[in-house]
Amino acid sequence: MNTSLQVPWQAEVVSRVQETPSVFTLGLKLDDPAAPAPYRFAPGQFNMLYLYGVGEVPISVVSDPEHDDEIQHTVRAVGRVTHGLAALRPGDRLGLRGPFGRGWPLEAAAGQDLLLVTGGLGCAPVVSVINYVMQRRERFGRLAIVQGVKHMDDLIWRERYEAWAGRPDTEVQLAADVAGSGWNWHVGLVTDLFDRLSLPVEQAVVMLCGPEPMMIAAVRRLLELGVEAESIWLSMERNMQCAVGLCGHCQYGKDFLCRQGPVFNYPDISDRLGVKGF
Amino acid sequence: MAASATSPVRPGFLPREAFDTLLRALEGAGYDCIGPRVEAGAILYRELNTGSDLPQGMEETQAPGRYRLRETGTPRCFAWACGPQALKPHLFAPRESLWRSERDGEGRLHFQSTAPEPRPLAVIGVRACDLAALALQDQHFLRAGNADPYYTRRREGLFLVAVNCTHPASSCFCVSTGDGPQAGDDCDLALDELDEGYAVRAASSRGEAIAQQLPLQALTEAQQAQIGREREAARAVQSRAMPGGNLRDHLFNAWEHPRWAQVAERCLSCGNCTSVCPTCFCHQQVDVPTLDGGSATHYREWDSCFTQNHSYIHGITLRPDTRSRYRQWLTHKLGSWHDQYGRSGCVGCGRCLTWCPVGIDITEEVSALLAEAGS
Repeated sequence: MNTSLQVPWQAEVVSRVQETPSVFTLGLKLDDPAAPAPYRFAPGQFNMLYLYGVGEVPISVVSDPEHDDEIQHTVRAVGRVTHGLAALRPGDRLGLRGPFGRGWPLEAAAGQDLLLVTGGLGCAPVVSVINYVMQRRERFGRLAIVQGVKHMDDLIWRERYEAWAGRPDTEVQLAADVAGSGWNWHVGLVTDLFDRLSLPVEQAVVMLCGPEPMMIAAVRRLLELGVEAESIWLSMERNMQCAVGLCGHCQYGKDFLCRQGPVFNYPDISDRLGVKGF
Repeated sequence: MAASATSPVRPGFLPREAFDTLLRALEGAGYDCIGPRVEAGAILYRELNTGSDLPQGMEETQAPGRYRLRETGTPRCFAWACGPQALKPHLFAPRESLWRSERDGEGRLHFQSTAPEPRPLAVIGVRACDLAALALQDQHFLRAGNADPYYTRRREGLFLVAVNCTHPASSCFCVSTGDGPQAGDDCDLALDELDEGYAVRAASSRGEAIAQQLPLQALTEAQQAQIGREREAARAVQSRAMPGGNLRDHLFNAWEHPRWAQVAERCLSCGNCTSVCPTCFCHQQVDVPTLDGGSATHYREWDSCFTQNHSYIHGITLRPDTRSRYRQWLTHKLGSWHDQYGRSGCVGCGRCLTWCPVGIDITEEVSALLAEAGS
């Protein structure tokens, strides 16, 4: 009987990058005869990473789906498992199962302008889309990347954002609530940035990821600016344990995030978004 | 004496003293038999070797926060409604290992599924409400996504002997949810109990194969009339009721209703209701390493939406108070279930109110929420 979705495969850490004092990226290679070859996923999907003897955490995949060398996960050390994952080094082993959930609507977004909005440290799922689009630039229209952080030091991958800003048909707007010297970008909220874009946002497909209050404020502003509700997509987060729609923790109203999400079309969750208790 | 050779087997009469022929036939077909027995002051499903293991002469009282057995001298063995257990623990185990990992000297990990290989199990005395709950758990564990292999293996070997309920408790409201008290065809054998024995009806081909081996007699007209009267009485006696229809919109419209805070004043957030609920499916996963660090076992165990950890996500508990947890439970059970599984998640068994230490009555709470709902 197939238990592959519930039992991890062995994976080896093949690379490790310390992005900030608490954020790191692990490159993994599946190293298990039972694992599928090649491993395939869609941007926005996630894996369950298992730290031996401790437990599992859901982490979205940031590498390119056609990049077969390694499967990359960017992780912030916050809890028991993620602090343990932070201590892993190349050559160490962990467990991996996945991919799970529904990713971003990249097929439907082909040929369209894209507005990618991220906040805080929750940007990894959207960074996977940015990477995906950059590798296939001709498939999409104009691209606007909007990222907001509380403090300028929270911004990871600043060099990447600045490099992306130089790409054709691509614009980048960054904001920090708190900034000091060396910050050439906006000081304030991410929602202030939409007015600064040359991209006509009302025609764009919008993908959002980050803290819920940021996403709620961004959706409100985007709707005011004339963006169609159906063009807005959000990546949500909830407690995740089984990842196969059974354990009940990720329920968000009627939806199981691990099955119907984590990426949702805004009209499908507009009745719940921002309501406390869901 | 012999069962009719025609198929399907017509309902026949099994004298009480011949009850063990049913157990022997099931054992002969490879089943372990469990059935109701009195243990720790309650009726629980336990190993059943003979009809004399059954709770003959026992009746019960159930009410919010109250469950008591009493000896009445009735010749019947099923003169009670339901104990704290449904079928749930026999399929969706309270705690079971999913997999085991071993770490070798080079730090390599080896994962091994620990999916069970259970012996086929026959359950005697299943109630209609529990069959309805089983159908819901089947939807969740077998059909909503990929079939859960752990549940599947137990489910495949399950033989169900239903006994129609003739003694609903005051806590019961299965008539209002449409789930009882009479079992339908989603079992293998369906029994009606009389003072002198059982009317036996086969509801599946597996059930028929067992019924063929029983010393069934013709059911008399008087017996059939008695069964009809008792079935009707079991419907009529139920005074509790869950408001009918799809309550989803009403309950979600009542999201800010003051009643949630009022019930939270009484609710202990203990999770008894979710443990005894035959449809609640939430579980958590825990990893338990051995002391020498050489291996670890990954378990799943029942969880409850009333716990603090249930809605925990990187440093935040999304449902920090009892009010929001009770609301989550009720709006899921009676609301979201309609979207997820096409019907309410409540089958009217009444266990949640009986086993609630402070006697919170789900039907009363729903009525209060609907009465002044902001709809």
